Parts: sequence; structure tokens; C-alpha cells
Amino acid sequence: MSNLRFVVLAILVGALLTGTSLLVTNEYYIFAAYVVLQYVVLATAWNILGGYVGYVNFGTTAFLAIGLYSAAAVNKWLDLPIPVLILIAGVLCGGIGLGMGYLTIRLRGIYFTIATLALSVVVQTFIVNWDYVGGSRGLYIMRPNEAPVFGSYLNYLFFLMIVLAVLSVAIARVIERSTFGFGLAAIRDDEAAAAAAGVPTLRLKLIAATISGALMGMAGAPLPFYLTYVEPTSSFSLAYTVNSVAMPLVGGTTSWLGPVIGAVLLGSMQQAMTVLISSSINLLVVGVLLVLFVVAAPNGILGLIQTFRRRGAPQPETNPVAALLVPEKRSAP
Amino acid sequence: MGQYASLLLDALVSGILVGGFYAAMAVGISVAFGMLGISNIAHPALILLGSFIAYVLNTQFGWDPVLIGIVFTVPFYFLGMALYTGYEIAFERRGTELIRGLAFFFGLLFITEVGLQLIFGVDYRLVEASYIGPTLDIGPLSLPLRMLIPFVASIILLAGMQIFFTNTFTGRAILAVAQDKLALQLMGADPVRIKRIAFGISTATAALAGAFLIILQPVEPSMGRDYIGRIFAICVLGGVGSLPGTFVAAIIVGVAESITATFYGPSWSPAVAFGLLLIALVVKPAGLFGRA
Repeated sequence: MSNLRFVVLAILVGALLTGTSLLVTNEYYIFAAYVVLQYVVLATAWNILGGYVGYVNFGTTAFLAIGLYSAAAVNKWLDLPIPVLILIAGVLCGGIGLGMGYLTIRLRGIYFTIATLALSVVVQTFIVNWDYVGGSRGLYIMRPNEAPVFGSYLNYLFFLMIVLAVLSVAIARVIERSTFGFGLAAIRDDEAAAAAAGVPTLRLKLIAATISGALMGMAGAPLPFYLTYVEPTSSFSLAYTVNSVAMPLVGGTTSWLGPVIGAVLLGSMQQAMTVLISSSINLLVVGVLLVLFVVAAPNGILGLIQTFRRRGAPQPETNPVAALLVPEKRSAP
Repeated sequence: MGQYASLLLDALVSGILVGGFYAAMAVGISVAFGMLGISNIAHPALILLGSFIAYVLNTQFGWDPVLIGIVFTVPFYFLGMALYTGYEIAFERRGTELIRGLAFFFGLLFITEVGLQLIFGVDYRLVEASYIGPTLDIGPLSLPLRMLIPFVASIILLAGMQIFFTNTFTGRAILAVAQDKLALQLMGADPVRIKRIAFGISTATAALAGAFLIILQPVEPSMGRDYIGRIFAICVLGGVGSLPGTFVAAIIVGVAESITATFYGPSWSPAVAFGLLLIALVVKPAGLFGRA
């Protein structure tokens, strides 16, 4: 896809979603679509560090909640428009991503993962003890019913989330095709070789951690206005983390399209299942899908599509397990 | 003795007792992560599985929770071996254990947790045993038996494992596989088989730690994830792969949390382990007893 076609397509999809949201009368659909778009942002943000560089962040929940609570707190203190709150959350969470990266990425990648996992617990501890945002009792957020141009306030929030989703996908695509992105891929494949070839590995990793953290925080900033009530237990739900890990891995981690496919697919599926069955079952399904995909289809849906397309031409077996089972496949015409 | 001093003494004693129990929780990770390089973040969920097995057998048949823990080390050992076999085929052989292996264990953690939630609900469950109520009073110290028994049992567990690792062929082979796989192969031992045994042992400790956990306090399916940060903090702080280090670090974390809870309020104690972890990573990533 050429750059021009991508830009046109992105604007078209954004405009189409906005237009549809203004016509839809049943607000439930907008609520559901908002959650799916939020997952597009989270999955894409996770993939910038997880898929492109290979550093696993299990702290999506923490970053989202920091964005959420910073917006709620600043909004209580000063009455600022939401786009400004989104920027504040982005700067804050980008800083935290940078700090976490600086402290742990220099060591082995696994320490970064553990630190991000523990970050959720710590941030939750702080929020529970922070009376200004209601502590464990929670906080109600007043929002106007109407918004200029968009009519209902929900439509306005939905529009903001569309912009964020399109923006984050565009950022991911730009990174993927830039020298920066090639540097990240080099680190993922062989860090020592990348460093030897002159790739400034630490700097690139820190930039990726900052961008990823900032996008996750930005996704959280409009959330208090969407929910109108925030409290620590549901704000720190592990569902955000498991989804933001599962969506890119199910969709495919090497391209910007993968997280989008994963988020739309898994996100819509969960919205449907929450209505039709129950919300705890759908988390179980996401867990099972995650395990199935990492075991059976390591390159996600995109990988499956590629394999399917290439089936006509003889290919060396790329799956080492399969190669072990059918060695003659390597030499067969 | 002043009120402050007696408060401090109580905090110290309960910190040490809980710390001993943390060691039993962390020892499985210490083996899996420290010696085998497998980041099994599903370990806390397996511990909770052990707790719920103890809960079911205790309420149904009135069995002793510690006994249940000991008996279930056997099925957990085989569960661990099966898990490692799958992990080795799906990830280690392909060289994708870093991202996909982590995601695999994360999914496993989630499946276990939600599965337990669907079966048992989100209520707190507890076990009954003669030693859960009473306390042992020695001078000014009062030691609740529900903390003392897991503490003593954890010490026995860690000491037994340390003797196994340093004095048997298999134990030494497990220590060796972490250092040099090729050399181990030349000595005539199969690294995959050794790692399978070691991972089985690591998982077996979860059955015991689960039984200790439910003796110590009522449990609820999603509790496991609160322990992930704490357990890894202990392993890193103690120096990955060192059992004496794990024990000392577990006591340090237990005491630090207990003192924080006593003087600043229990709602702050979850942040303690993380603080210690960050300090450890920044100041001395090899840990207190690390070789690296």
C-alpha cells in the first residue's frame, strides 16, 4: 500500500465511522464501538514496543489507569477541554514509559516485563490512598449532555477516540517503514548484532517505550468522561492488559495491520459475548485464544494469510516443529 | 517495654514468619526463572490452584491442608513436566520463548484464574484445622500457629531442596544446565530431560505453597497476581537461582511489608516489594547472593 493510499484510506475510515456515529440512534452501538476503538489504540501502542522491538509490557492497565486518573484529577482541579487532558496524559505516561525503560531495559528484557507487571499493583496502591480522586470509594465525573457540532457528548468522545485510533495506527505505520523501525526490527532479531552494526540500541528502545506509554495514556484520558464514574478495582482490571497482549499476537505482530485486525476481531467478539453470554466467559475465551495462537500460529492471522497465499509455490518449511516432523518437505519440489 | 517497641517487635516477628512463607512461594520461580530461564509468571495462579484443591479436600473430607499439599506435589510435578514438554516444543525449539513464551504463561495465568472464578466465585474461601486458631506464647512474643506452621514447613522445604541441588547427580545437573548446556550434554545428561525434571519440581512447590497460603489467610481466585511482583522481587533481590538468597530476600520483603503495614497502614504494603525490586534492579541487578 502506498503512503497516499494509506492516508486516503485512514481519512475515509475515520470519516465513515464519524458519519455513522452521528446517524446511529441506539447509543449502545456507540458505547461498544468506543471500547473496540480504545483497544485498537492499546493494541497498536503495545505492539510498538512488544511486536517491533520484542519487549513485553504487562502494564497496559497501569498506563491506561494513569491516563484515566490524571485526566480525572486535572479535570477536577481545572476545567480543561478533553484534547488538552489527552495531551497531559500522553506526556505523563510517555515519561513513565521512558523512566521504566531507563531503569529496566538496560538489563534483560524480562526485567522490564516484571517491572511493568508490578507497576499496576503500585499505581493502584497509590490511587487507593489518594483521597483527591476518591480513593477506593471512587469519583463521579460531571460531563455536559451536549457538545457543540456533535450534538450528544458521547458522539464527541467517540470522535476523539476515532482520531486517537487513526493517529496511533498512522504512527505505527510510519515507525514500521522508517530507519527507526528498521533499527527496532534489528534489535528484535539480534540485539548484539544490531549494536555491532552501529544501531544505538538503548536510545531506540527508550524512544519506543516512550511512544508506546504515551499512546496508552492518551487512550485512557477520555475514559472517565465515557464512564462518568471511576474507581480503582475496575480501572485496574487485568482485562486491558490481557487484551492488549492478545490482540497483536492474534492479529500478527510484525505489521501495523495485525493489532488492528486483532483488536477489531477480539474486541467485537467480546462486546457480543458480554451481551449474549457473560463477561467472565469472554475473558476465558481471550486467554484460550492467546495460548492457542502463540502455540499454533506464532505469526497470527497475518501469518496464516501469508502462508495461505504462498501455498502455490514450494517454500522451505518455516515452522521448525513441522520441519522436524516432515523433513522430506524441505527437499520436495 | 514501651508501646512503640512492642509494636515494632510484633511487626518484626510477623514479618519474619510471613517472609518464610514467601520463600515457599518464591522458590518455584527461583528454580524456573533463576536456574532454567523460564519466566513462569503463571506460578502464582498454580499456587492458587493448590489452595483451592486444599480447600475442596479440606471441606469435603476434613483432610489436613499441609498433608494435602504434600500429597499434591506428585500430580503437580507431573503437571509441570507436561507443561515444560509443551513449552519446549512450542517455544524453546523455535527460539520464540521471549515474547510468545511469556504471552503463553500470561494466558495460562488468566485461564487458571478465570477458571477458578467460574467454579468457586469471587468469595473468600478458608480451611479448617486445629492449628489455625491458637497462638504460641514465648515471653513477650506471641506466635500464631497458622503463621508458624507454614514458616517451619517452608524452611524444611527450602533446606530439602538445597540438599537435593548440591548433593545429588540430578540436582547438580539442574544447576549445571543453567550454566552450560553443551558441557552437560558432554557429561552424558540430556538437558531437556533435566529441565523437565527441574520444572516439575518448580511446579510441585506450588501445591505446597498453595496449601500454606490458605492456612495463612482466606483466598480468592484473583489474589495470585498481587503476588507476581512480590515473588519476582524476592527472586531478583536474592540473586536469581540462589535458594539461600531467596530465603533471605523473602524475609527482608516480609519484614519490610509488615513494618510498613504497622506504621503507615496496610493499604501501602503492596508497593513495598516493588520499591525493593526497583532498588535491587538499579543498585545490584545480580542480587544479594548472585554470581553474575
